[in-house]
Amino acid sequence: MIIVASGGIALADGSGDPAAVKQNENGEWLDKEGNPTYKITEGSVDWYTYSGYRRYHSDCHVCHGPDGMGSTYAPALKDSLKTMSYADFLGVVASGRKNVSTAQENVMPAFGDNPNVACYMDDLYVYLRARSNEAWGRARPGKHEDKTEAYTKAEDSCMGRK
Amino acid sequence: MRKVLLATFLGSAAALAAGSASANDELIKMSQNPKDWVMPTGDYANSRYSKLNQINAQNVGKLQVAWTFSTGVLRGHEGGPLIIGNVMYVHTPFPNKVYALDLSNENKIIWKYEPKQDPNVIPVMCCDTVNRGLAYGDGKIFLHQADTTLVALDSKTGQVAWTAKNGDPTKGETGTSAPMVIKDKVLVGISGGEFGVQAHMTAYDIKTGKQVWRGYSEGPDDQILVDDKTTALGKPVGKDSSLKTWQGDQWKIGGGATWGWISYDPALNLIYYGSGNPSTWNPKQRPGDNKWSMTIWARNPDTGVAKWVYQMTPHDEWDYDGVNEMILSDQQINGQARKLLTHFDRNGLGYTLDRETGELLVAEKYDPKVNWTSGVDMDKNSPTYGRPKVLDAASTEKGGEDHNTKGICPAALGTKDEQPAAYSPDTQLFYVPTNHVCMDYEPFKVSYTAGQPYVGATLSMYPPQGETNMGNFIAWDGKTGKIVWSNKEQFSVWSGALATGGGVVFYGTLEGYLKAVDAKTGKELYKFKTPSGIIGNVTTYENGGKQYVAVLSGVGGWAGIGLAAGLTDPTAGLGAVGGYAALSNYTALGGTLTVFSLPN
Repeated sequence: MIIVASGGIALADGSGDPAAVKQNENGEWLDKEGNPTYKITEGSVDWYTYSGYRRYHSDCHVCHGPDGMGSTYAPALKDSLKTMSYADFLGVVASGRKNVSTAQENVMPAFGDNPNVACYMDDLYVYLRARSNEAWGRARPGKHEDKTEAYTKAEDSCMGRK
Repeated sequence: MRKVLLATFLGSAAALAAGSASANDELIKMSQNPKDWVMPTGDYANSRYSKLNQINAQNVGKLQVAWTFSTGVLRGHEGGPLIIGNVMYVHTPFPNKVYALDLSNENKIIWKYEPKQDPNVIPVMCCDTVNRGLAYGDGKIFLHQADTTLVALDSKTGQVAWTAKNGDPTKGETGTSAPMVIKDKVLVGISGGEFGVQAHMTAYDIKTGKQVWRGYSEGPDDQILVDDKTTALGKPVGKDSSLKTWQGDQWKIGGGATWGWISYDPALNLIYYGSGNPSTWNPKQRPGDNKWSMTIWARNPDTGVAKWVYQMTPHDEWDYDGVNEMILSDQQINGQARKLLTHFDRNGLGYTLDRETGELLVAEKYDPKVNWTSGVDMDKNSPTYGRPKVLDAASTEKGGEDHNTKGICPAALGTKDEQPAAYSPDTQLFYVPTNHVCMDYEPFKVSYTAGQPYVGATLSMYPPQGETNMGNFIAWDGKTGKIVWSNKEQFSVWSGALATGGGVVFYGTLEGYLKAVDAKTGKELYKFKTPSGIIGNVTTYENGGKQYVAVLSGVGGWAGIGLAAGLTDPTAGLGAVGGYAALSNYTALGGTLTVFSLPN
């Protein structure tokens, strides 16, 4: 754990203090800055952490490794979020990133057009933020909050389903 | 004149000076010379067996490193070099460099080829930017680049002779497989099973690069190249055999990738290869058998028309890609000489078929932990003849969307992945590098976007309950479907095996060891830790009267994703036995060729 407390802000989180202060109608928890965050109590997780776990292990883990741990060619996202803010995270996922030099060729695709990722950006962020702050370990979440009606509606509309 | 020059250059291939010899006659002759290694698979039978016996079970313990070569590329190094006379051809993962090394002059670089490719192809390559090697024929070296360009290089100069575009990376089509020269054609498959590609096997004219035929894995009959004589398990497949097994036009994004190895029987004039998983990984979303994904194909190399097909895993529910190699052998079954094809599928079953007719002879588990099926129906009169019986407890179709089906063995990476097995005619045994990993699998709904991942399932992988090893290296009797001996390995064995006339079998490990074991007993005779984890295939050749063993190290591939961080966290206390240390504690990236020989 490399969390350095300074004026109540955990510096090891690119978006600041991850403590959840309120929940919106989709069931999404927000920190005091209004960034999405996790809410984990006694082994039970919020819907977004659970959903993010599932989406991560479909579309992200083939490059970034299981549980956000990284692979032989893509960074460990549980570490990336220690310095990357919520806004930067959204930007990279939507637009991709290229880091090509003589020593390496790291290229991340733009997922903005892929509804399987684009519709679940907050879910992914919340799950990885929980991993980054070691609030959730290398395991599949078991008990979790229910999916809200508002979330289901938003999901269906984003995925183009009726 | 060109041929004569080439023959001089190649030295050991002088026999091809007969001007009229086709590329095929030349290659058949060359592949019979154990001093060379002229095909990515060693020979057309994919046996990965060499008659060389200077290195044998008695002296292999004295093996030492003769020389090494850095490829200058990180990332996963699959496949192995070609050796033709005094020249060795070494390939790399993206950016797909090719080096020609002079074995007669301090292994100096004769020429180097490095294509300019759009780096945007990198992220559409599922599971690392690997490449499985080169092919030779007609004085040219063939490379299937990541961006699906098939390029023919003059073997003497490295100059580009022709190029052909085999696919479209913006749709998720990529090149990872080794081409194969068969007669006057270059055959090449395509990757993209996780991107909803309608995959195919394609033949190009060896002289011009012009496309001759293309057989898709799924679609209308004129696209999959079947006719009224094409059979499955002895019966004609009939009209629209593929279309009938898909809902609507889902076959257009049906997957069935073809990135494995290709074998060829010149006497029967048939090529053999496997097609991969249907897209998406969510079985609920694509009702039907999804033919002909997960299929062993026997096609005519001149026309591409299929003689027979056999679908191993109808309506896949686990990503058990059927791309692994088909090894051809001639053995006796029940006192009868049979022309056999043996295949170790991702689904954990070792199949032996009659390669002339496609008759199914043996289908048995080659890892006792395989638990998704109780076995294949071998009763010819049964309506489910040739189909595996799927057990409800492991069925992700039965479990349905958003349900996590637990404890399925093997995991999606299969009991064996692309890493090819070897067959020794001396022992009549197959030597098989295997994975020993299980999984939880939860399918969910996904939508298709061209060029974007189309996966639709969440996976987690771990060793079988109560076991500490994630891999085995086994000897298999293909006639009876039985394991003869089995060596435990801490990690999955992701390296292609080599069997030799010296009674020694070689393979590499993910920690980076090159190992030599006794072909009869499996007893370990030698090991040496190379600079990085081995996912390449072991090769042997003779030069200047000396036998060499060569292997590419450079960890990566799917193994590098799943295992780099360790499958389970030893500190998480999740019921794992503990002690599954991360591969990253043993090895790091870096492509190196290591060449071994006996001391002078």
